[in-house]
Amino acid sequence: MNSESELLNLALNGDRRSLAKILTRIESGFEPTVSVQNPWTLGVTGPPGAGKSTLIGALISKWLKRGEKIAVLAVDPSSPKSGGALLADRIRMQGTESSDSIYIRSIASRNHPGGLSLFIGHMINVLSASGWSRIIIETVGSGQSQTRIVAFADRILLVEGPDRGDIIQAEKAGILELADIVTVNKSDLPNSKLAYNSLNSSLSLNQNNSISTHLVSALNGDGIDDLFSSIEKCPKSTQREIIRQKERLLSLWDSRLLNYHGLNQLLEQLSTGSITLDEAVDMIQ
Amino acid sequence: MRVVIAKPGLDGHDRGAKVITRVLRDGGHEVIYTGIRKTPEQIVSILIDEDADALGLSSLSGAHEVLIPKICEKMRTAGLSDVIVFAGGIIPEKDHVSLYDSGVRAIFGPGTHSETIIDFLIEISQRKKRGEPTGVGEEIGWHWD
Ligand SMILES: Nc1nc2c(ncn2[C@@H]2O[C@H](COP(=O)(O)OP(=O)(O)OP(=O)(O)O)[C@@H](O)[C@H]2O)c(=O)[nH]1
Ligand SMILES: [Mg+2]
Repeated sequence: MNSESELLNLALNGDRRSLAKILTRIESGFEPTVSVQNPWTLGVTGPPGAGKSTLIGALISKWLKRGEKIAVLAVDPSSPKSGGALLADRIRMQGTESSDSIYIRSIASRNHPGGLSLFIGHMINVLSASGWSRIIIETVGSGQSQTRIVAFADRILLVEGPDRGDIIQAEKAGILELADIVTVNKSDLPNSKLAYNSLNSSLSLNQNNSISTHLVSALNGDGIDDLFSSIEKCPKSTQREIIRQKERLLSLWDSRLLNYHGLNQLLEQLSTGSITLDEAVDMIQ
Repeated sequence: MRVVIAKPGLDGHDRGAKVITRVLRDGGHEVIYTGIRKTPEQIVSILIDEDADALGLSSLSGAHEVLIPKICEKMRTAGLSDVIVFAGGIIPEKDHVSLYDSGVRAIFGPGTHSETIIDFLIEISQRKKRGEPTGVGEEIGWHWD
């Protein structure tokens, strides 16, 4: 077994096997030190089945033509019961095994205290330092921990299906606020135009939005060119750095709390009413 | 374990592969399903990129005769000697020995109970801990039966 610094060096020099192994080590807590200049990151989120992976597949072919090197971190939830996970995003990214310029890694969210946020930043840094010029993070847009992961990206693309209910959910969950670009996918299906209109009207109610909206079909390619140029033009927002640091802080905070040695005892005391919530918080500090 | 499930060959039936995928997920494994019609080269690069511990190959229409040994060979060449290979599907008894010889560690026929596959992976991790050969490029001899 190679040491971590050896693996890291090999990875930075372009060895894919070592890169893959370093990512595994990061998942189990290794914190690499690498110097990076401005990783380019895009978070892709949205409800299950909206077509995130298929759409990423379509975007990948466009990046390839421009000579970019594309890495995708595809995150899927682990089953809380068995701890297992089904990682099937790469099936939808067609033809992507055949190029040296594409790296796809499936990641199970596992049940890390504090979520994946503590690792994803390290993974991005290693990928960027190894020469990957476009780094895409796919997560299902449900639940807070998933939103936390996507907050690590400099630009966020929200993908919706033709179901208007989903757009309303995204708005409620605050994901709409995080997004830079929103696209309704599956324009080849009926109702997608309705969903697109209703998206635009929800956004127009909002004063300070610079969100660009699209209607595309990942399947037949309609609208993909426009979406692609929006993504490429989308600036890295400075506000994002604040959000990112906040999510990191919250993750670390959660992780400290969940790993606190006296947690079970505190919960016990809280449940019998022998201490108050405020007292519990003071005891942890 | 991180397990890649692949279905080499040209036919488009992947029900069996999908069933194994669920069984492994419910057994606590992280399963990467690759979809149908993957070439040996593609399967090997997926194994590398995903840093997989094991590869499960589903074969229905004779893919095992040429493709499975070819995949095993390519894995060794790529330095994936420690990755475990197992196979499932319709594979006639007479072909088992040659598959074991090419590095396959288990063959699960139709009707195999799901616990059997999980037990196999448990046995594998115990063997690994004891430093006994399990990978596709490690000493041939032991296989599950
Ligand atoms: N009609 C139509 N179907 C599409 C389109 N894009 C994707 N699909 C289909 O929608 C289904 C889900 O696509 P995925 O790309 O796996 O969706 P996803 O959002 O990544 O799904 P999860 O990762 O499981 O949340 C698949 O059957 C796709 O073939 C599209 O533009 N039009
Ligand atoms: Mg997906």
